[in-house]
Amino acid sequence: MSNDMHNQPKHGYYTGDIHNQFVEEHYDPKSKKIIWRTFWILLIATIVEVAIAFIPVHKEILQWTFVALTIFKSAYIVGVFMHLGKEKKSMQYSILLPFVLIVYLIVLCLIEGMYLHNIG
Amino acid sequence: MSTTTEVKPKSIWSGGFSPFNISWGKMFMWFFLVSDAFTFSSLLVAYGTMRHRFTDIWPAPGDVFTHFPFIHGHVPLAYVGLMTFILIMSSVTMVLAVDAGHARNNKSVATWLGLTIIGGLMFVGSQAWEWYHFIKGSEEGTYILADGRFARTDEYEPGKLFIWHDHHKTVIEGAEAEKLKASAVKNIKGANLIENEYGNTPLFANFFFFITGFHGFHVFSGVVINIIIFFNVLGGVYKRRGHYEQVEKVGLYWHFVDLVWVFVFTFFYLV
Repeated sequence: MSNDMHNQPKHGYYTGDIHNQFVEEHYDPKSKKIIWRTFWILLIATIVEVAIAFIPVHKEILQWTFVALTIFKSAYIVGVFMHLGKEKKSMQYSILLPFVLIVYLIVLCLIEGMYLHNIG
Repeated sequence: MSTTTEVKPKSIWSGGFSPFNISWGKMFMWFFLVSDAFTFSSLLVAYGTMRHRFTDIWPAPGDVFTHFPFIHGHVPLAYVGLMTFILIMSSVTMVLAVDAGHARNNKSVATWLGLTIIGGLMFVGSQAWEWYHFIKGSEEGTYILADGRFARTDEYEPGKLFIWHDHHKTVIEGAEAEKLKASAVKNIKGANLIENEYGNTPLFANFFFFITGFHGFHVFSGVVINIIIFFNVLGGVYKRRGHYEQVEKVGLYWHFVDLVWVFVFTFFYLV
């Protein structure tokens, strides 16, 4: 199903191949169902977050639960709503790998913050 | 995805082919969003650092954001929960607009995009309401006592003083509270960039204004861009062009704004 033919720019720029906007792509009627399912997942995760904020458990357990639910929610937003799940692997890595640096920054800055607190 | 292997030329970087299998417009929107995510990450990481630095005097968000329209009394986190719902909902209408674009249904794209704009305006309005209450503060505010302690009041429990220290609350009432109030050095109401009644550090309000303000400005820009695209859809621009990639691009931006709010909601309001 080579469609290099369709890769020819019609409006002055290059596009990809099968997800190319100029090729009459196959419309998936199931996509609406996936969107609404994602909506319910996000809504329930948010309700759970607000609800557990009032549960008197250990603060650290609560905080890690919040972080886990946030990453869970963002995975659905990025993967389904922003269609990153349907992009090429190389594209996915180009977008996601830079955030390793942010994880590094978080670790560094939280250690720094706690140190500043301890020295008063 | 399944067919990408079949169209592979000798080298995917040798030209005449999109290596990432994506149009340049969408790819550049993605990389802009990565850079924007770095900016937001830096703001939130700075917030986290200072919160750890001043962990003893940092206010608990559940004690600050307690207002809800038409409800008398404290309803912690309910309003931001509602704002989160509004933004997720507008994200859903946006992805439905993109989906309608794939189905080449011009009318449906216009409907969903219109609903997205309404959702965005509702969110910006909610944020304005939240800012108004944050800046205005409570009726009696907070007293800075002579010994430097920070004593908050509660408009629903008049006559009481709440002294916070190291996440522990001491309640003082009656004559003793009146005496402390009379000897207080200062009475702070609401919040500005120099002081605020919520916590004994200006940083709390500064981060609130900066992070939610920066995000709110993104939402506002998103609404403006959505309105431009909406009128293009109504004018049949994309119908004539044969594809709705422009809707996909603004959709990416809009979902990103929702994504950032998910993080702001967790790290500013919940944790």
